[in-house]
Amino acid sequence: MTMPFDPMAAVLVIPAAAAALLAALPGYRMTARLNVLAALLTFLAALSLFFERPEAGPYLLVDDLNNVFIVLTTFVGFTTSVFSASYIDHELEIGRLTPTFLRFYHAMYQVLMFAMNLALIANNIGLMWVAIELATLTTVLMVGIYRTHEALEAAWKYFILGSVGIALALFGTILVYMAARPAIGEGLPAMVWTNLVARAGEFDPALLNLAFVFLLLGYGTKVGLAPLHAWLPDAHAEGPTPISAVLSGLLLNVALYALLRFKMLLAANPYAVAPGPLMVTLGLISLIFASFMLYRRRDIKRMFAYSSIEHMGIITFAFGIGGPLANFAGLLHMTMHSLTKSAIFFAVGHIAQVKGTQKIAEMSGLTVTNPVLGWGLVIGVIAIAGLPPLGIFMSEFLLVSSTFAREPWLAILLVFGILVGFGALFLRLNSIAFGEPRGPSAEAKASYLPMYSHLAIVFVAGIYMPPAIVMWFQNVAKLLG
Amino acid sequence: MRGLSFDVAHLLAGGLVLVSFMQLYQDRLSALLNMFALHALVLTLSVAWQAYIQDAPHLYVTALIALVFKAIVIPIALHRIIVRLGIHREIDKVVGVGATMLLGMGLVALSMVVMLRVTADADPLAREDLAFALAVVLLGLLMMVTRRNAVSQVVGFMSIENGLVLAATGAKGMPLVVEISIAFSVLIAFIVIGIFLFRIRERFDTVDVQALDRFRGERS
Repeated sequence: MTMPFDPMAAVLVIPAAAAALLAALPGYRMTARLNVLAALLTFLAALSLFFERPEAGPYLLVDDLNNVFIVLTTFVGFTTSVFSASYIDHELEIGRLTPTFLRFYHAMYQVLMFAMNLALIANNIGLMWVAIELATLTTVLMVGIYRTHEALEAAWKYFILGSVGIALALFGTILVYMAARPAIGEGLPAMVWTNLVARAGEFDPALLNLAFVFLLLGYGTKVGLAPLHAWLPDAHAEGPTPISAVLSGLLLNVALYALLRFKMLLAANPYAVAPGPLMVTLGLISLIFASFMLYRRRDIKRMFAYSSIEHMGIITFAFGIGGPLANFAGLLHMTMHSLTKSAIFFAVGHIAQVKGTQKIAEMSGLTVTNPVLGWGLVIGVIAIAGLPPLGIFMSEFLLVSSTFAREPWLAILLVFGILVGFGALFLRLNSIAFGEPRGPSAEAKASYLPMYSHLAIVFVAGIYMPPAIVMWFQNVAKLLG
Repeated sequence: MRGLSFDVAHLLAGGLVLVSFMQLYQDRLSALLNMFALHALVLTLSVAWQAYIQDAPHLYVTALIALVFKAIVIPIALHRIIVRLGIHREIDKVVGVGATMLLGMGLVALSMVVMLRVTADADPLAREDLAFALAVVLLGLLMMVTRRNAVSQVVGFMSIENGLVLAATGAKGMPLVVEISIAFSVLIAFIVIGIFLFRIRERFDTVDVQALDRFRGERS
């Protein structure tokens, strides 16, 4: 290597090396710390991408769009690893996990980080597909790690639906290559995304349209869009909570990011069908369906999983509407949702440990029994429901107002869906946080730092966004078309 | 020569669709696994023929992987698993054979209509291959939907993968990266499945997915 430090390689090499190391090392206290350290180093490497951007190659690429996501992913990966360290301490104490499984768990955590970073940084649609498949398989194993009936069912369902989705996505990828071949020529160049987007205008539009349908269904399964969402609540509810946080906060985003890349291809081809209406439809279905489903949840993690479907619906809707403003709102919403939802799962993880259950009926009065956790959850739910002054309010407001200006009828549906979800969340929050104190109320051996640092960022973003970041998002929003 | 190479490729791809149909109505697990081995064998021939007519030696590797892993290793391993689990009995279906076959025919017709119309300008060989590949993928999906047994769902999944390999080899000059990754992912998938089957057997003494469905996190 000529360069002393290559941040692009570092965000891949650090997690990969850490995974190998963690698989080999015994002793869970040290490996938990090592996991945190590796995640921190990856995050720092990702941050350095802002300052020093390497040239795009046939396999890897860093541009304005994925830079944001890489930093977000590595940041949430880092805070989740801190949360995970205190979470698994408790799991070991009560014997839900054994040290052997823990070694596996840590190694898998880093493999997952590697896969997500690779999917984001890939400049090759084939490589991107491989990375998303790797991330799926890793999370399948993590979801099943408790080996209870429910966990196995969740993992199996996730595996089957996830692989069907991934198969459809591969077929779509092959079709994109077929469309690109006449224009770019055979072989590797026709799978490089930068080439594709530069020449997309010459592709056969019919083939490109068909490819997008497959990609939308395939990656849409991984995003958790409504008719294809069945795996999501189970996988969130039955796996370890750090994994729920990473699934909701990051993996859904990564899949959506893949979809965005292909949407940009279609946008660059004047004859191809506009992908907007398809995405708007799926987004609205997900939003409204998930909002109603929120009312019937009795399991706290499952409830927030449905809330993730709802928000993914909102984001897909935003990108479907398109245009600089709606895209801006979509990007902001993606960022805010992943920070908020992971913070909520940090809170929920400790709450479930304190109460010894995930059933909503058996936990209440949290603000009295465990004030720090309880109020953290309250703030998180206020944020996720989209109340001012927190970050999600900003993005939802932007989205609703820009939709009203262009498609008033769609905006009414959007607002309806958001309000329905809002009601459900507060109904449940009321009993969890403020009701008669119930259940055990031991002090949680928790680290509150990850949760409150996320909430602080969301809070600040709702009040004041630095102009540099706004500029950045505006640029990316223009790129998305 | 052009005509012959096209006809043979056509024959083999069509053969794959036919074997997919044959998989649909197998109601014993061991017979289903044999059918899957045949499926992989036809795929091997098809990929090898593509390697020959496209003069693309790397495709022979893909063919070899298909032969060794999918036609030999995986069926044998699954045979052993079902023997050890003692499940040679009939496998249940949600939809009857007749309805399933009719649905399958509908899916094949659908993929022909969609693919042939869309790829009107592409070269005829790739067109036909893609249409057949989509048919194989859809039939694999149908199988996963209509079967309840974990092993047969896995077989359905693997025949979807076979369809994808057919599509990837039909797309001329598609980089090796992808083919290797497909083979590799099948391998990983198999390991995952192996672990799962092992655990499921350990915990439930059954590999019937319906037994898993008893546990709906929220009832109670």
